Amino acid sequence: MSAVMMTRKVRKWEKLPGKNTFCCDGRVMMARQKGVFYLTLFLIVGTCSLFFAFECPYLAIHLSPAIPVFAILLFFFVMAMLLRTSFSDPGVLLRALPEEATFIEMEIEATNGNVPAGQRPPPRIRNVQINGQIVKLKYCYTCKIFRPPRASHCSICDNCVDRFDHHCPWVGNCVGKRNYRYFYLFTLSLSLLTIYIFTFNIVHVVMRSVNSGFVKTLQDTPGTVLEVLVCFFTLWSVVGLTGFHTYLISLNQTTNEDIKGSWSGKNRVQNPYSHKNIINNCCEVLCGPAYPSVLDRRGLMRDDLPVPTSAAEPATNSNPVPQTTKTTAPLIPNEHTPDDAKPSIADSAIAQAEKRSPSPREEKMPSLPKSPPTPTKVPPLASPETDAEASIIAKVKAL
Amino acid sequence: MAETHNLQDLQHQAAVASKVYVQRDYNSGTICRFQTKFPSELESRVDRQQFEETMQTLNNLYAEAEKIGGKSYLEGCLACMTAYTIFLCMETHYEKVLKKIARFIKEQNEKIYAPLGLLLTDPIERGLRVVEITIFEDRSIGSGR
Repeated sequence: MSAVMMTRKVRKWEKLPGKNTFCCDGRVMMARQKGVFYLTLFLIVGTCSLFFAFECPYLAIHLSPAIPVFAILLFFFVMAMLLRTSFSDPGVLLRALPEEATFIEMEIEATNGNVPAGQRPPPRIRNVQINGQIVKLKYCYTCKIFRPPRASHCSICDNCVDRFDHHCPWVGNCVGKRNYRYFYLFTLSLSLLTIYIFTFNIVHVVMRSVNSGFVKTLQDTPGTVLEVLVCFFTLWSVVGLTGFHTYLISLNQTTNEDIKGSWSGKNRVQNPYSHKNIINNCCEVLCGPAYPSVLDRRGLMRDDLPVPTSAAEPATNSNPVPQTTKTTAPLIPNEHTPDDAKPSIADSAIAQAEKRSPSPREEKMPSLPKSPPTPTKVPPLASPETDAEASIIAKVKAL
Repeated sequence: MAETHNLQDLQHQAAVASKVYVQRDYNSGTICRFQTKFPSELESRVDRQQFEETMQTLNNLYAEAEKIGGKSYLEGCLACMTAYTIFLCMETHYEKVLKKIARFIKEQNEKIYAPLGLLLTDPIERGLRVVEITIFEDRSIGSGR
């Protein structure tokens, strides 16, 4: 019994690869960079505090006490949605264990057949037919899996996420299958809250100015000016974002697919996931089943449990090392990788770079070549986020 | 529990020969569905029809978990009205079916696959990506067939 008491129970979240931060013993899961998330919190809580302090007493007496009550309910809903989006698992896919990775490797080699020396093996892509549409499943070199349809690898969090939408620095987390509806409800309720506060600020200033004069009103309630400024700028961005996501939901598309132009209609390509009916699409995205997390963050690590291939060291909160470079499997491109495999690797590196864009509602990124004819035509990437990307870029540029 | 103890004994006594992975079937979209194609490595071990029946039942259970219909809408709307705080105390429909699936797999292992020297791993432990089938060498167990 004393031996058991001396060894600390290790929970599975401590050994998870990827660049996530975990809090509350694995209950909370976020991205590593949280600065912008704190700013979001500060802006929302700060503006609402000013509203409750300056406007609400006056409006409750002179108009209706329902106004602050509704504001409080809306504020709590916004905070609940924000925290739910930020703290939950977006739909991270488990990386392949060593035996599974080997099995897939063998399958790939069997499919490619015997490649004579000097010839290049075809890139690692699997074709599936979904609703009459051919969808290509790409192989993720970091997670050693063929990504399910609509999944994508987030380079910031270093995870493959199911139904990847985008990585949002404002909520400090990826937005994926599991937390997309919370994200949407957050933007929607925040739009309503912003409009609500903005409107009642105007009403308050007008009502007070009638009695005391405009300048004296502003002197009495200095918070109003600050609130109006914050709300004005927030309004344009958040309402625009809500509109954009409403459009995406009605078409059952993700931001990632929209940016890449996956279902733009070129070559008669259509979205195979859409029900062709706005109501059905909305219902599936917003009212579909609540998917479980496959990560089992709070489960206890057993000694006999195998560790995923890329976890060379236990993933700690404070200073995790990019673990992709420590794998021994010959899947990360190096000088021995045949040249033909490199465009697809560079392609996935480009796709990962695309996902670093913090505001996906901005104009579409220039369409990058899907499979560049020669690696030298690959456009230069911004500073690489991971060592894996750095090594990929170095190899591509060396060609 | 006595049943799991027997399975662990099995693991310790018999050496692991190999593992077979049954992949996801994406032909119907992103719903959770596994291929029912019979892997060639199991030819000598288990009856083809039995295996396909197990996989089909598994697929049906996952379809039940992911069904979009009146019940899921009700759950979604009720949860939304409570700002999803209700999930802190209540189990979601999907989680209930996952428990059902875990029980089903355990039962299949005990009744059918363990006597044949095979072990099915619950897909949730592999991220709902594959069904891992471990093939044990028939050493300490007497000839099962």
